[in-house]
Amino acid sequence: MSEAKFRGAHDLPPCSISVTHELTKTGNWRNSKPVFHKEKCIQCGICWKVCPNACIKLGEYPEWDMDYCKGCAVCAEECPKDAIEMEDERVMV
Amino acid sequence: MSTVKVITGNHAASFGARDSRAEVIAAYPITPQTQIVELLSEFCADGTLKAKFIKVESEHSAMAACIGASAAGVRAYTATSAHGLALMHEMLHWAANGRHPVVMANVNRAMGPPWSIWTDQNDSLAQRDTGWLQFYCESNQEVYDTTMIAFKACEQVLLPGMLVLDAFILSHTYEPVEMPDQELIDEFLPPFDPPYKMDLDDARAFGALTTPEWYMELRYLIQEAHEKALVTVREVEKEFGETFGRYYGTLELYRCDDAEEVILIAGSTASTAKDAVDIMRKGGRKIGLARIKLFRPFPNEEIRDIASRVNKMIVIDRNVSFGNQGIFFNEIKASLYSAKNRPPVYGFVAGLGGRDMKIDDITGIVEQADTCDIEEILWWGVKL
Amino acid sequence: MSEKKKMRATIPEEEYMFPGTVDCQGCGAAYAMRLALKALGPKTMVVIPACCWSIIAGPFPTSALKMPIYHTAFETAAAVASGVKAGLSIREKEATVLAWAGDGGTFDIGVQSLSAAAERNEDFIYVCYDNEAYMNTGIQRSSATPWGAWTTTTPRKHPKDRPKKNMMEIMAAHRIPYAASATVGHPEDFVRKLKKAREIRGTRFFHVLATCPTGWRSPPELMLEVPRLAVETCVFPLYEIDNGVYSISKKPKEKLPVTEYLKVQGRFRHLTDQQIQYIQEHVDETWELLLKKEKLGRLF
Ligand SMILES: Cc1ncc(C[n+]2csc(CCOP(=O)(O)OP(=O)(O)O)c2C)c(N)n1
Ligand code: SF4
Ligand code: SF4
Ligand code: SF4
Ligand SMILES: [Mg+2]
Repeated sequence: MSEAKFRGAHDLPPCSISVTHELTKTGNWRNSKPVFHKEKCIQCGICWKVCPNACIKLGEYPEWDMDYCKGCAVCAEECPKDAIEMEDERVMV
Repeated sequence: MSTVKVITGNHAASFGARDSRAEVIAAYPITPQTQIVELLSEFCADGTLKAKFIKVESEHSAMAACIGASAAGVRAYTATSAHGLALMHEMLHWAANGRHPVVMANVNRAMGPPWSIWTDQNDSLAQRDTGWLQFYCESNQEVYDTTMIAFKACEQVLLPGMLVLDAFILSHTYEPVEMPDQELIDEFLPPFDPPYKMDLDDARAFGALTTPEWYMELRYLIQEAHEKALVTVREVEKEFGETFGRYYGTLELYRCDDAEEVILIAGSTASTAKDAVDIMRKGGRKIGLARIKLFRPFPNEEIRDIASRVNKMIVIDRNVSFGNQGIFFNEIKASLYSAKNRPPVYGFVAGLGGRDMKIDDITGIVEQADTCDIEEILWWGVKL
Repeated sequence: MSEKKKMRATIPEEEYMFPGTVDCQGCGAAYAMRLALKALGPKTMVVIPACCWSIIAGPFPTSALKMPIYHTAFETAAAVASGVKAGLSIREKEATVLAWAGDGGTFDIGVQSLSAAAERNEDFIYVCYDNEAYMNTGIQRSSATPWGAWTTTTPRKHPKDRPKKNMMEIMAAHRIPYAASATVGHPEDFVRKLKKAREIRGTRFFHVLATCPTGWRSPPELMLEVPRLAVETCVFPLYEIDNGVYSISKKPKEKLPVTEYLKVQGRFRHLTDQQIQYIQEHVDETWELLLKKEKLGRLF
């Protein structure tokens, strides 16, 4: 569905009826980001399974959608092979 | 061939819902509305009406279930009274703001404490600002007819509608009611087909959190829909009249053509007041009556029009807004503020909690208006 | 040329919930929905009363789900779901109606309409994601808050002094065809139960322990671990009541002491040894009772 463009009341549906799936880019919430160590990965799929926000794509190896990944570290915590490491992203001034 | 049945106002409501082909009914019993629910249960049980009857545990859930059904794209109906209506309050807003054209019969009953099962209008008028259309009926025939008029008008403007009948005076009183051929009714009232409904092929979220950026526009759309509803109701009433030969109007005028003074009133007491008008006319008073059929949207133009033709208006309220005055009285005065001709308007609070309103009461009120101070808050017949 | 090996998927692959929802980091409520929709599939319609999910589902004009959602008032999930199902049946449309409410909307303000719908055996799945407090309004106690827990209305000086209401038993007392507990720490179990429930008609109830790092004062990365500990300590047993038959889905090999569960959450930080002992006794009793019920066979 396309991004909704409203100029005024008459462009709106009669009630709050949602038309688009373009959600918040939650990537900028992160303090730390998951860093993948492919050599340790056994392709078990657990990281994909446990991400609360479906930010990991299921493929040959996991792929992270960093536009949305909130850095909760659940994937890193659950990876049985420590193939995911959380790296601090905060900028020190 | 139409049929005539001698039935109560409650059963007129049930038959109205049946012949409007309500598809989901969710209701909870309360005196004096119970017979509406009972007869509809029978219609659903014996297959006379192909509807789902959800026997909910409260009026709050009754309205919630009607809203769910309406969101799923079907015609939903309920009936209640007084405390049941008050319990629904949150969901009345939800139905209107969600733009669900649910239709409901409310039997006007006084609010407790103390317990009272008799009529007055405070229950329905307390729901004035929820966004519902409100139709005040005078006869059982009107209850029956207004059910389909309400469905048709409400579905066009996507707003819910409440038709109101007085406890006992209509709800439990037998009158002949003519019911037209179902085929003709079906032509008048086609199946409900809302522009948006819960649909797997067109998945949308209804009622999601809306920031101040758009909330006000959504409310403006409801205001526009109410303005449109005033026109729509008149058109639907006209079409109904042309098809079935009965016409009610939004502000019904009775002997107003040459009237110098006019009584404004809503509900079944209008019948008594019409008789009183006839008697006073015989006695030489040039008096008429304007019956408020449609309270929301309010027929401001018609009120101003009748005001421009008379020297005095007398409003009889079977309700009160505590700390101020009768509710119709206030509404009418607000309507007249911008009018060029503003005759004096007298307001009387009368008949609360089912106190009888006889012809003598109406003539007495009119006579008192001849002498009383316009600033007074007048409680007719109150024992002091 | 050999095909490249793909990662394993132990739950359905299709996603019905989009990323970019504004739940807190490590939100079990968000994860529970992701799992539920995977299990139930595309022919699902969701009814959501006031709760954290009113926000998570996305503000107008967006929607986080590929399915229709009806947002409704706090206490009305079961009533609205009844109406939606009735409407769909009149229109002869097949869909699983999923009522999705928090513990407040289920145990407290919504219990009346839920009880009535269950008594009527309305044909829908009702999921209560239980984060054990009113989180949307800022962590106030509900009747699902466990004994001893801190919330903003049960401050540490006077924490919750009544046990958690047993909602599963209340629902079972309605003799509905299916009720199950689940947690976000056991995704395959939750998915299996939902798939099973989808094939049953009538009222199906789920009580899902859903980690709330914000309200529980637990590290977000422990979203799965905290409820796993709840199961391993028997604080939150996983079981089904399938047509009156109790069956425990997971019996810990070695029952852990409740402290293992309590100590990872700040909301229990203030508890004294004596209070923890009290919790242990209560948990043991409840667990024993459940084991007995399982042995009794069909109970209704
Ligand atoms: C009638 C009514 N009372 C109070 C509220 C305010 N309110 C909104 S959500 C909520 C708490 C929800 O708690 P729960 O059901 O446990 O869901 P959670 O927020 O924890 O996800 C409250 C009290 C409301 N929306 N409606
Ligand atoms: S850090 Fe959290 S949000 Fe990001 S991919 Fe891992 S589990 Fe998903
Ligand atoms: S959890 Fe770890 S081992 Fe498993 S697929 Fe993900 S990165 Fe690889
Ligand atoms: S408060 Fe708790 S339940 Fe609500 S969004 Fe945050 S983590 Fe999820
Ligand atoms: Mg909660």
